[in-house]
Amino acid sequence: MNLYVLLKMVPDTVEELNVAADGKSLDAEFLRFKLSDPDEYALEQALLLKEQHGGSVTVVALDAPEVDDVLFTALAKGADRAVKIPIAQAGLGTVAAARVLADFLGSAPFAPDTLVLPGSQAIDDLEGELAPFLAAALKLPYVGVVCGVTPANGRVTVIKEFAGGLRAEFDVTLPAVLGIQSAEKPPRYVPVAKVRAVMKSAQIETVDLPPPARPGQLEIERTYKPEAAGRAEMLEGSPDEVADKLVDVLAKISVI
Amino acid sequence: MANPILVLAEQLRGGLADITFEMLGAGRALAGAAGAPLYAVLLGREAAPLAPKLGRADKVFVADHPQLDLAPAGAIAAALKSVMDQVGAGLVLVGCTNVSSGIGSLLAAKTGLPLVNFCRGAKAEGGALVFTSQLFGGKILSDVKLADGRGIACIYPGAFPADAGKSEATPPVEKVDVPVEPPAVVFKKYLEPEAGDVDITKQSILVGVGRGIQTRDNVQLAEDLALALGGAVCASRPVIDQGWLPLSRQVGKSGMSVRPRVYLALGISGAPEHWEGMQNSRCIIAVNTDPKAPIFDGSHYGAVCDVLELLPVLTDKIKARKG
Amino acid sequence: MNPVNVSIVGLPGALVLWLLAVVAFGVFAYRIRQLVGLLRQGRYEDRFDRPGKRLAHALKNVLLQPRIFNERAIGLPHFLIFWGFVLYATCFNWGLARGLFPFLPIPFPDEVRPVLLFLELFSVIVLIALVVALARRLFYPPPYLHLSMDANLILLFIGLLMLSTLFGSGFRIVAGQATASGWAPIGSRLAAAFASVPKETAASLATAMWWLHMTVVLAFLVYLPYSKHLHLLASPFNVFFSQSVTRPAGDLGVRGAKEDFTAGAARWQELTWKQLLGGFSCAECGRCDRSCPATTAGSPLQPQQMIHKIKEHMVHTGLAPKNGDHELKLIGDVLTEAEIWACTMCMSCMNRCAVWNEHVPLLVALRRHLVSQGLVQRTVQDMLGNLQRYGNSFGKSDRMRARWTQTAGLKIKDARKEAVEYLWFVGDYASYDPRCESITRTTAKVFAQAGLDFGLLYEAERNAGNDVRRVGEEGLFEMLRDKNQQALGKAQFKKIVTTDPHSYHTLKNEYPWNGNRPEVQHYTEVLHGLSQADKLPLKRKLAGRVTYHDPCYLGRYNGVYDAPREVLRALGLEVVEMPRNRERSFCCGAGGGRIWMEDTEKIQERPAENRIREAVALPGVPTFVVACPKDLAMFRDAVKTTGNEGKLVVKDLAELVAEAME
Repeated sequence: MNLYVLLKMVPDTVEELNVAADGKSLDAEFLRFKLSDPDEYALEQALLLKEQHGGSVTVVALDAPEVDDVLFTALAKGADRAVKIPIAQAGLGTVAAARVLADFLGSAPFAPDTLVLPGSQAIDDLEGELAPFLAAALKLPYVGVVCGVTPANGRVTVIKEFAGGLRAEFDVTLPAVLGIQSAEKPPRYVPVAKVRAVMKSAQIETVDLPPPARPGQLEIERTYKPEAAGRAEMLEGSPDEVADKLVDVLAKISVI
Repeated sequence: MANPILVLAEQLRGGLADITFEMLGAGRALAGAAGAPLYAVLLGREAAPLAPKLGRADKVFVADHPQLDLAPAGAIAAALKSVMDQVGAGLVLVGCTNVSSGIGSLLAAKTGLPLVNFCRGAKAEGGALVFTSQLFGGKILSDVKLADGRGIACIYPGAFPADAGKSEATPPVEKVDVPVEPPAVVFKKYLEPEAGDVDITKQSILVGVGRGIQTRDNVQLAEDLALALGGAVCASRPVIDQGWLPLSRQVGKSGMSVRPRVYLALGISGAPEHWEGMQNSRCIIAVNTDPKAPIFDGSHYGAVCDVLELLPVLTDKIKARKG
Repeated sequence: MNPVNVSIVGLPGALVLWLLAVVAFGVFAYRIRQLVGLLRQGRYEDRFDRPGKRLAHALKNVLLQPRIFNERAIGLPHFLIFWGFVLYATCFNWGLARGLFPFLPIPFPDEVRPVLLFLELFSVIVLIALVVALARRLFYPPPYLHLSMDANLILLFIGLLMLSTLFGSGFRIVAGQATASGWAPIGSRLAAAFASVPKETAASLATAMWWLHMTVVLAFLVYLPYSKHLHLLASPFNVFFSQSVTRPAGDLGVRGAKEDFTAGAARWQELTWKQLLGGFSCAECGRCDRSCPATTAGSPLQPQQMIHKIKEHMVHTGLAPKNGDHELKLIGDVLTEAEIWACTMCMSCMNRCAVWNEHVPLLVALRRHLVSQGLVQRTVQDMLGNLQRYGNSFGKSDRMRARWTQTAGLKIKDARKEAVEYLWFVGDYASYDPRCESITRTTAKVFAQAGLDFGLLYEAERNAGNDVRRVGEEGLFEMLRDKNQQALGKAQFKKIVTTDPHSYHTLKNEYPWNGNRPEVQHYTEVLHGLSQADKLPLKRKLAGRVTYHDPCYLGRYNGVYDAPREVLRALGLEVVEMPRNRERSFCCGAGGGRIWMEDTEKIQERPAENRIREAVALPGVPTFVVACPKDLAMFRDAVKTTGNEGKLVVKDLAELVAEAME
């Protein structure tokens, strides 16, 4: 199969997120980036498909801090090709990013067994998810919140998650865009030594494309932390003291 | 009169999801402020009979083509676009849910209208609309303005009260024709959740565990507490993904929605996906080592401490109190 | 009379002896060549450095066998058997040489009266020992003893040898070739008992006994390298080439490696020749198994079985592969993954091993392979991901590393900005674990009140890499090490003090430091130093009995046993030892990355619980003192899970020091 995985870097929420002086964007000073979680699964799903059914995996990313490490890691995990489009992801909304990626992906006709696999969503998808925008731009079928992909007879059967543990199977013609939520297996571990070896031996291809005319669709008026919302009544003290207070709370609401 | 506001009614297996009423409530408020009519859209043969329940809308448009039952997002978006064009709608509200995933974005792509995702708040400011989007796992909020009031908003479940969207009134229903293309995505079958040992949606006391529980072995500590309280253990996605608890215990976007009398969120940071499933609990008590965890924002009680340390102590004290 | 001067099946005795000797030594040499050939298929490792020191080490441990004596019941017997064997083998070779080369101007050994006396007495002692050994095997076999044909055969051989010696002596006296005397106490008595045997017959019997003796010994020579008794030959070399002579305990490097050892070993050929030699050296005594926390817990790992299985696998596939043998996988068929992950790398097996085998580096080599294939438990994988990204296993921001200082109520120097005497390398658990944070603050206050000039690396500190390395993620270890060395290189300090013994070991022994290694101390050593210099502002004496748990990486790995005990005594406490103390200390089960792993199979009893039960059995000891953050977490849990909450309190040594300062 001809598999494309689109990798997006998002701010790491383990680090503290602060609002910049403009009151609209995030303070870049403390920002660190990591690969969006669903994209990790998208890569894993692609690698599993390649292992089980053959083919090649191409990972594609826009330029962002630490993105080279992510691309090399993807190569070390088993991706065949890594492409970086040297247009900064920062400030680019989903619509513009989809436009650029569609330019890249649509530059040549698709092989009939092509799957484009972005993550189902990202934590900063203010303008919407990448997968449907990409599907629209490429005029390909789309399914989101996918947690399983099985190819059969030139089509794929995908499992989409609904709510309450309910899932459903859909039959999808190829080529298609699937927003991946999770894969059949957790993302694999690749040892540091292997990544380092790949950094020495492999190359990240750079594909130049024209930057989008309009980076963002939306104007943000104000960005802020939700602390203003009703914070919980905090119980202070050692675990022992907290336990005592909790027992009181539980008694108060007559649970015990 | 301003352009009509459309709400895409969300239904699954013949029932309307809460989000539909939440959007109708939010839409009603916006429509009132803008002086615009509020329309609901029901797509599919299975959906059509539900129209009378959408009394909060000024009118319900129904396209009862069988191919729109469990149709892919692409087909829904195309139908919605057609209704939009027919009624001259300016704003469309779509659920930010798994069922409706991608519909808003596809519609935005088709119409060229801006989309605001992850909406938790909405208000009208003159002719403009301001939506509050919850980003970065609930850690940041951004207010976004649609200056001309035109666009698409994806509404988070639970952000608006469902009651505001319910009405006894019977709305006028109008059938519309929408284009239906040969589908490239075909529904095959449901995969039912495995019958769980415990139905967590029926429990009045839930002990929810997240990443902070650290290992499979520690889940037992939560089981002990649940036993002492007479409740059950449930979990956020990371714990389920690890295989430490069955899928039937998952609370959140892809899991169950629960509303127990008390929900203890232990070592759960409170990502929107989880919050969605337990926000309606009567009393939420959160314990997390990170004082900045979003879970504290919406909980009733909170404590910054290690759940692994707290659990055994708490279990003992509850046993002691119960005698 | 010369027993060689006979005719055997028409051939001169000398010729027969030559034939026997040539065949026996030939087969022996062939076998040794085969075995060495196997070793040569292993990876290269330079174990030839410091030959003088190695020789001294080998002489001490082979000739005096201090490690054999660490198990009292078998210590002396083995020592005597060893020396008996050495002397006996000398006599045999002397006799053989005399028989093969009749022109040598020497007598047969039993013609020399003191030697005859030795041989006779020796034979009697050995026969008694044999009866005891046989009775033990038949009637009271210890649970760990493997009753093998191998062992029974050897007992039969030895019995024949001793009997032929005694009866040979007796019949020679009857035949008049020797005289009864006190130099032949047994022979003389046997001669009296068999006095009625005609002289000719007695002479023939004496000769027959000599030949029986020679044949059995030569047969033994052939048999030896095919049996577990190969350890007689291999272990002296094993001891000579032992890593501990020139390297820190449990060293995980491969000196002079010619291939990339960081990818680990999936086949026996990818182990080093020294690791393979360990299989030949193992006497299957089970010391390792008996001290192993994994084995004791009932997990699938038994160090001795592991060494044995690898040897058998190597010999079968390397020398006599049957159909299908080549498909046997070292990991999967011979050893299971669960076995490989069960080890806590506590060093107990290596520390006990009488032939100085090196189990820990071998297990790490196997783990390295699993890691290179991504075959890692999910929880471990998450931890490794966290360490890669954040430099700590907790998955918290590195900026939060020194968060504990914010509530410590004192300003701690930043060693990157101002010079300090001690750089305090706090470590992950002490920095991030909510259970340990308050103790870390206590330690800081103790240091400050004692006037110690110390500082931190703050967010520049990374996990030292001890567990990462032992999980088998060498590349990540190097990454963490390099980052730490970079940060340390920019800081100004004279010495390093660590909270975690694991960091202590790794900083002290596993960082290259480019020849400029600063002094690395554990905080218990620093406190001991302060106490000796009378700089600990102790305000009161604590009273009571405590027991102290030696952390593996402080004790067994680095030999620090006394400093913490001295500090406790200086506080006024009485230190009561658990039965397993100092180098016999029993691991808490957290090391080697185990703290991140889940037990894949049901275990009988967690090591920490086993240890707590040991401590609870001490009369009147309410306090269990630890000097390691992981110990604190493990043992506090174990106190709860064993239901000993009112009986035993786990305290960090620093907490007690702080109490005495109040």
